[in-house]
Amino acid sequence: MEAPDVAAKAQPGQFLIVVPHAKGERVPLTICGYDRKKGTVSFAFHEVGKTTKELACFNEGDCLLNVTGPLGNPSEIKKFGKVLCVGGSIMIAPLLLQVKALKEAGNRVTTVLGCRSKEFLFMQKEAEALSDKVYIASDDGTIGYKGLDFLKELLKKEKFDRCVVLGPVVMMRDVSEITKPYKIPTIVTLTPIMIDGMGMCGVCRVTVGGKMQFGCVDGPEFDGHQTDFEELIRRQRTMLPEERVGSLLWETSGGCKCGRNKA
Amino acid sequence: MAETKPKPKLNKKAVEMNKQEPKVRAKNFNEVALGYTEEQAQEEASRCLQCPKPQCVTGCPVEVPIPQFIKCIREKKYAEGIAIIKSKNALPAVCGRVCPQETQCQSKCVIGKMGDPVSIGRLERYLADWEREHGFQLPPKAKPTGKKVAIVGAGPAGLTAAADLVKLGHEVTIFEALHVGGGVLFYGIPEFRLPKAIVQNEVEYVQKLGVELRLGNLIGRTHTIPELMKNGYDAVFIGSGAGLPQFTGCPGENLGGIYSANEFLIRVNLMKSYAFPEYDTPIRIGKHVVVIGGGNVAMDCARCSMRLGAEVCLLYRRSRDELPARHEEIENAEEEGLVCKFLAAPVEFYGDEKGWVKSMKCICMELGAPDEKGRRSVKPIPGSEFTMDVDTVIIAIGQTPNPIIQRTTAGLESNPKHGTINVNEVGKTSLEGVYAGGDVATGAATVISAMGAGKRAAKAIHEYLMSKK
Ligand SMILES: Cc1cc2nc3c(=O)[nH]c(=O)nc-3n(C[C@H](O)[C@H](O)[C@H](O)COP(=O)(O)OP(=O)(O)OC[C@H]3O[C@@H](n4cnc5c(N)ncnc54)[C@H](O)[C@@H]3O)c2cc1C
Ligand SMILES: Cc1cc2nc3c(=O)[nH]c(=O)nc-3n(C[C@H](O)[C@H](O)[C@H](O)COP(=O)(O)OP(=O)(O)OC[C@H]3O[C@@H](n4cnc5c(N)ncnc54)[C@H](O)[C@@H]3O)c2cc1C
Ligand code: SF4
Ligand code: SF4
Ligand code: FES
Repeated sequence: MEAPDVAAKAQPGQFLIVVPHAKGERVPLTICGYDRKKGTVSFAFHEVGKTTKELACFNEGDCLLNVTGPLGNPSEIKKFGKVLCVGGSIMIAPLLLQVKALKEAGNRVTTVLGCRSKEFLFMQKEAEALSDKVYIASDDGTIGYKGLDFLKELLKKEKFDRCVVLGPVVMMRDVSEITKPYKIPTIVTLTPIMIDGMGMCGVCRVTVGGKMQFGCVDGPEFDGHQTDFEELIRRQRTMLPEERVGSLLWETSGGCKCGRNKA
Repeated sequence: MAETKPKPKLNKKAVEMNKQEPKVRAKNFNEVALGYTEEQAQEEASRCLQCPKPQCVTGCPVEVPIPQFIKCIREKKYAEGIAIIKSKNALPAVCGRVCPQETQCQSKCVIGKMGDPVSIGRLERYLADWEREHGFQLPPKAKPTGKKVAIVGAGPAGLTAAADLVKLGHEVTIFEALHVGGGVLFYGIPEFRLPKAIVQNEVEYVQKLGVELRLGNLIGRTHTIPELMKNGYDAVFIGSGAGLPQFTGCPGENLGGIYSANEFLIRVNLMKSYAFPEYDTPIRIGKHVVVIGGGNVAMDCARCSMRLGAEVCLLYRRSRDELPARHEEIENAEEEGLVCKFLAAPVEFYGDEKGWVKSMKCICMELGAPDEKGRRSVKPIPGSEFTMDVDTVIIAIGQTPNPIIQRTTAGLESNPKHGTINVNEVGKTSLEGVYAGGDVATGAATVISAMGAGKRAAKAIHEYLMSKK
């Protein structure tokens, strides 16, 4: 996607907000890559609801109404030593941007790719090219380890100085619990519901270390050992019935009308 | 009212403006006040005494030449009238609607001593609406100066400063973080008080003057102020408003169904969720809504909630006499069905098994002695707790400036307590070439005071730029 202003400043860990059209929602998406010379940024998303399904219908050359970014604080990238990077489903794409940066900063990086089952695994080759070691895990065991329990064994054998997790909230919660007894600083990227992404509405509030924080301006990265994940999961679900209505109506009214937003 | 010949001195009553009926309007988002007809405007304009030393002008923060534009209405020279207003006020359609005229221009009108003051705001609105129907006239522009100015934020402060500077021949770019311009005028003040088509029109007018508007640019992230200064801008004006919501700090505040006023208003106004699912952003509102607070923002939240079908209770910790909202707004809201509970404050929120708010504990308050500003203190009455069932809570207890700019601009001094940027009388900050004004410098205030600040800063920026070789 072309967005020269965003591309010029983007750093790993940041996100952007896209508004597909004048009646659309503002959706936050994590930056997966950028080319400062060409002025482009890339992102990857799951088709979970109406807006992401609409976005999937955009073709090359189509225009989005607006893109704002880069938003949020960049990841801390420096030499930590041995870093464990865990990515789940679609968030593997932005994780690899961090893997690359961490590697360039002189770290030894072990990457774990998690997926629901074999057919959902992606970017394995890229991960292997970028990391020192790659593990694969799936929820149903159709590829690699079954679940993330193998991490417990891994941590018994190997010492890590830092852990970075990007993925579904339950995965970030589980990994944080596994690393906690070993006191490995664990950084999670929280994805609360957001609207403005600049600290104006407070819908993205999360509780970290007992304090109210705004996901968009104080984060999106936080200390996984201090995060109240249960509250985040509840807050993410607050608009679920309405979202289903929106998505269903869209599909029953013909769904994708590709090109209708062409500018 | 049968009086047709203009005999101003006898006419003590202002011409009323037509409004939608409370029962009807409480169910729609259309504008409540319908504006004057030509006859009504003529009649009201005839009440003005055309004072040689008009007191009304001293009450207007941007000094609109009030008797002059009213004279034009009488003579049916509408195009001339609007040009006179626009020489001082770039956003008359907005000010005519939302200025607190009863404490500004109209409070000073001499007729006010004998009866109703002249309805200056309604007449201003009449001319602005006339112009919108008849097409804009662009004022002449000065020769290009070759200087570039960056404006942060497209609210009333930023738009005013931009309009003045571009007319003086500078090259002006507005950087706005949201995907539409207008600031609070767009995302905060609801459609039924200020139609968004009007805000958009006013923003377009500023663009037609030659101002470049760049949306989706969050200063502090997309660019920083030092970067703008390095990249060819000779001066910067910060008009980023006060958009950071305050919370109560009571336990249970993060339950579902508890919105900040900003979240609620942004969903409803900016994202138009009142028209969900035609628009994609949802809002969930229950049957029993409690709005906490007592200012204009709280009134707007309450009136939006009623329009979305809820029964609304306003919870305010002081008494009716201390309500900071405009009198007219409180009246409008009560007509539409608002119930007020005074002298009570929230203590704790309780949720159901799905994490949605279901009830709240409150405590009764009592008023104490007034402080040095004359505002009476309040303290809770021990043992007076009570609980009530709610399914939506909106917290409207104030906003402070968003700290992103202060955090990313070294050397920019701000008030550590309120987060406002420190400025002198003309808006100069601690950094050379950087000016600020509006809510970001004063804390939440009014549209017209933000515009006044934008004007003063534009003048100061112009002088600064022209003195710099
Ligand atoms: C900082 C941040 C970064 C993100 N990065 C990515 C990314 O790189 N790739 C990606 O696929 N998704 C990402 N998300 C999530 C993405 O924003 C949501 O999936 C998207 O908003 C859903 O919109 P929709 O209209 O398609 O679905 P909706 O119909 O709105 O919702 C469908 C489901 O998504 C959940 N959801 C809705 N809005 C959000 C939201 N803002 N954040 C989280 N969950 C939400 C709902 O609870 C619901 O379960 C990110 C979210 C945040 C806050
Ligand atoms: C609900 C509500 C009702 C009100 N009703 C009235 C009324 O009836 N009458 C009245 O006179 N006043 C009213 N006010 C107050 C009035 O709207 C404000 O005082 C006025 O809008 C302030 O103008 P401003 O230009 O300083 O800031 P704003 O209008 O807040 O505009 C600031 C703009 O800057 C943008 N911005 C913020 N940070 C950045 C950044 N870092 N980079 C780029 N852009 C940024 C914001 O998105 C916004 O568009 C009301 C306020 C609210 C919230
Ligand atoms: S701008 Fe506001 S205060 Fe000034 S004359 Fe118009 S309504 Fe009155
Ligand atoms: S003070 Fe009143 S009567 Fe006198 S010029 Fe102003 S509006 Fe007219
Ligand atoms: S998304 Fe609105 S404050 Fe964070």
